[in-house]
Amino acid sequence: MTMNTIGRPTAPRAGASSAPAPTVSGSRGLLQREDLIFEFGSPDKTGVDLPAPKGGRDRLGGVARKADTGLPGLSEPEAMRHYVRLSQRNYAIDLGLFPLGSCTMKHNPRLNERMARLPGFADIHPMQPQATVQGALELIDELATWLKTLTGLPAVAMSPKAGAHGELCGMLAIRKALEARGELETRRRVLVPASAHGTNPATAIQCGFTVDEIEAAPDGRVDMADLREKLACGSDVAGIMLTNPNTCGLFERDIREIADLIHEAGGYFYCDGANFNAIVGRVRPGDLGVDAMHINLHKTFSTPHGGGGPGSGPTVLSDALAPYAPLPFVVSGEDGFRIVETANGEGAESFGRLCAFHGQMGMFVRALTYMLSHGADGLKQVAEDAVLNANYIQARLKHVMTPAFDGFCMHEALFSDAFTADGVETIDIAKALIDEGYHPMTMYFPLVVHGAMLIEPTETESKAELDRFCDALEIVARRAAAGDPSLAEAPVHAPMRRLDETRAARKPVLKWTPPTPDALAAE
Amino acid sequence: MKFTEDHEWIRVEGDVGVVGITKYAAEQLGDVVFAEPPEIGRQVKKGDDLAVVESVKAASDIYAPVAGEVVERNDVLDDADQATVINEDPEGAGWFCKLKLADAGELDGLMDAAAYAKFCEGL
Amino acid sequence: MRYLPLTDQDRADMLAAIGAPSVDAFYEDVPAAARLRGGVGGLPDHQGELAVERHLSALASKNRTAGEGRFFVGCGAYKHHVPATVDHIIQRSEFLTTYTPYQPEIAQGTLQTLFEFQTQVAALTAMDVANASMYDGSTACAEAALMACRVTRRRKVVLSGGLHPHYAAATRTLCEAQGIEVLHLTPALDGELALADAVDGETACVIGQSPNVFGAVTDLSPVSEAAHAEGALMVSVFTEAVSLGLVAPPGEMGADIAVGEGQSIGNPLTFGGPYVGLFAATQKLVRQMPGRLAGETVDADGNRGFVLTLSTREQHIRRDKATSNICTNSGLCALAFTAHMTLLGGKGLKQLAQLNHEAACDLADALEAVPGVEILTPRFFNEFAFRTPVDAEAVLAMLEERGVLGGVRASRLFPNADGLGDVIIAAATECCTEDDIAAYADALKEVV
Repeated sequence: MTMNTIGRPTAPRAGASSAPAPTVSGSRGLLQREDLIFEFGSPDKTGVDLPAPKGGRDRLGGVARKADTGLPGLSEPEAMRHYVRLSQRNYAIDLGLFPLGSCTMKHNPRLNERMARLPGFADIHPMQPQATVQGALELIDELATWLKTLTGLPAVAMSPKAGAHGELCGMLAIRKALEARGELETRRRVLVPASAHGTNPATAIQCGFTVDEIEAAPDGRVDMADLREKLACGSDVAGIMLTNPNTCGLFERDIREIADLIHEAGGYFYCDGANFNAIVGRVRPGDLGVDAMHINLHKTFSTPHGGGGPGSGPTVLSDALAPYAPLPFVVSGEDGFRIVETANGEGAESFGRLCAFHGQMGMFVRALTYMLSHGADGLKQVAEDAVLNANYIQARLKHVMTPAFDGFCMHEALFSDAFTADGVETIDIAKALIDEGYHPMTMYFPLVVHGAMLIEPTETESKAELDRFCDALEIVARRAAAGDPSLAEAPVHAPMRRLDETRAARKPVLKWTPPTPDALAAE
Repeated sequence: MKFTEDHEWIRVEGDVGVVGITKYAAEQLGDVVFAEPPEIGRQVKKGDDLAVVESVKAASDIYAPVAGEVVERNDVLDDADQATVINEDPEGAGWFCKLKLADAGELDGLMDAAAYAKFCEGL
Repeated sequence: MRYLPLTDQDRADMLAAIGAPSVDAFYEDVPAAARLRGGVGGLPDHQGELAVERHLSALASKNRTAGEGRFFVGCGAYKHHVPATVDHIIQRSEFLTTYTPYQPEIAQGTLQTLFEFQTQVAALTAMDVANASMYDGSTACAEAALMACRVTRRRKVVLSGGLHPHYAAATRTLCEAQGIEVLHLTPALDGELALADAVDGETACVIGQSPNVFGAVTDLSPVSEAAHAEGALMVSVFTEAVSLGLVAPPGEMGADIAVGEGQSIGNPLTFGGPYVGLFAATQKLVRQMPGRLAGETVDADGNRGFVLTLSTREQHIRRDKATSNICTNSGLCALAFTAHMTLLGGKGLKQLAQLNHEAACDLADALEAVPGVEILTPRFFNEFAFRTPVDAEAVLAMLEERGVLGGVRASRLFPNADGLGDVIIAAATECCTEDDIAAYADALKEVV
């Protein structure tokens, strides 16, 4: 027998499971160390080949830049590597369940991306002649029809650039309607529930209103007695801003009565549409007495969140508010579609313009692609599966965690920190979930629940994924209930440990600056 | 020393009142990361925004407990590392500014230490 | 349905585990009258990829694209070449399908790119600090006006006659809702310096633009000096970010706040959005800035990392005291900007700016040679206004018939202004060839 004794070991060797030592390179396996471009790029380098300027032309009249930007460039391979390495430090929906309550982190279909990149949509200019963009205007009109039909409201403003911008749109329309009634000076008060998104009170103030907070009832919904009291204490109510389903993940069962009370008091009903995903295809906000509601296309209609935008917040309006919709808007006539851009003629009653151009066209294409893919039947199934998934999580975890309220939830399950031992914070549970391979839930929101944990799985998770997530969270919750001190150390398996936010806020360092000669010498 | 329901205190020395935030408020805020005392010469009415204090948890406005003119400010607070004095000694070295009182009678509307302590218990 | 993983068996099992008879049980709080029995009527049912693609492609094909050639439309959005790498980077799952970086331990990719973006924007505008982006240039401009009012505790803003009218309108909408007085000077091709005479002791800020909507570049330093003398802030606006490679940036002209549109770098035209608003300011104003900020810090092991910072100014904490109601930035568009900027580098940007300027100079020469045409903008970067002997709308329509999209008529932007009926604003970028420019001049010769 001949034996080849040269070869590599094919099983882990003894002792290989000990704690990892720091590496020389700063990388850790697949996780590559990556500095800032300013630390390794060069001002003389560029990753773009441009023709040489001919030179000798100057019609700047002396208004020229004095100092060079000094910004470094990178060659194409270096740039690609830089961003790909950085990308690997991000969690993403494509990687796993992203149960961030109130944010509706659902799968982003790639057909949406392909359609948005068709040159017929991506390579058209907002100010080119309207006859040359009839397809774009038709698409906006078609999307508007879907939004109006799904919400049961007669009009929609398409230009708001995000949800909060849509809130601004709705509240400015209410402001204009009050002005038209001659009541703007007397109606200054906007009612906002304590559980509302922070944007609601911020928006009301931006529109020149004052905010009057309504208490939450013990069942997590609007306290009707407090609402009646706030309405009775003066005839100065401009309206109410209410999220439905609300931020506790519950449907406001008195919503019709709330709408009627507000209308009887001479005010308008603004609905925050952030949670439309729970009811799309099953309930039309127009049937609930809503006067205005923004729709986050990046939530319900699957346009990508992109690390924090861009969003898109078309805002549906009732007959009472429709005349005051912002400029521009698309109308159809015998010669095709037209954009009404000015306050002359058809736009005379508009409250004005919210932004340049016509809204987030790239998001419109994606949202319409998604709507056509799902259809009316599929969208109803979306809402039902989203609600089913959330209730499944609530049912699976209610024995180890503390549900904030009794009964079924809508599309998100809300827990308080009542089950945790002293010394364990909601944030510790969140960070421990990171170690388990999950993005944490929304924490400390809504404010009306102590140590809140708001879990929104969305409809694009399978039962197997939900089970894996619940298994992990259940173990973490048991550790929290037992007061496991190691939770405070989490995360230990993420690209970084917990970051010092106090230090960042105390001496803000908001851009890279070259090291001083002293610092260089010290190295 | 007198107190407001918005957790400011004022200590009167002659016709000038020293203003700051209470121990209770400083504890609620947590680590202060930034404070902005008002500029000298500013005229304020009772309840006007007077100064700003930020922690990692919250940014809060400090309201004028009474009307007056800002005659001195605590420059130490401009350095974020020093602003921690608001946590360490809120009712002493962590003062914000001095107001020349416009109407000393306004002080009567404020709480004394016992009333404020009781007020905080109810929160 | 391809986006829904649950099977009917899963649904039945889950309902059993929950103890609910059917999904209808979850909707019991919905008023009975508002419960739809058979779903929403009047809309089609679900379709496969092929059918959807066919429908959308048909709509897209009804539009004339800028890339079809002979394209000279600007006025706030510009046709530039975007490297293929940029689009690949923004389609990385980890960037495309993630959220606002609220959990910094698993969002360093987004946070570090935002930190790099902020550094680039600060350098380009020659300002101290920049935020992590706004919706677009126009909303950034409106937010700058509000910020100036907070900083100065004054209630009046003055807008130049050369400010993009959409920016002016968006600013007016937000300001007037808060009772802030807006003084908008008469539209003027080259009127930015008139701001210096309009500022008074009540003014929170003056807002001027360079290059302005008519393409005019202006040294705004005298305006800044006049504003500062009255205790007002100078807000300097740009809509063409590529100009920063060649034209005097806001920070070299005494601006306190610089705002602009970043679309030109990294982002396609897309009929007006999504774009990326740039917002920069002097160090002393940093805590009054709206929007998100990424800042440097360390983690528990002492390693450098980045977090969202100064978020106490934001709506989710400050609620009715927030500096703004904004809760998104324009993350992915900011990433496209920063990736393109990284590929260009300072040197590449300067070269790109020179190419743009040369193309515009060539276009101006070619159009000036057409009898009856007069170039109106005295100093420009890549865009200028010119007067034609006949009505601008008719001229543009005839040019379009000849395959040239020749620009924007000034009267579309300023419908109520006098004397602009025969004025066209045309832009030329690196995408315009000599052939395109010659074709424009030839077509114009035929129609005037």
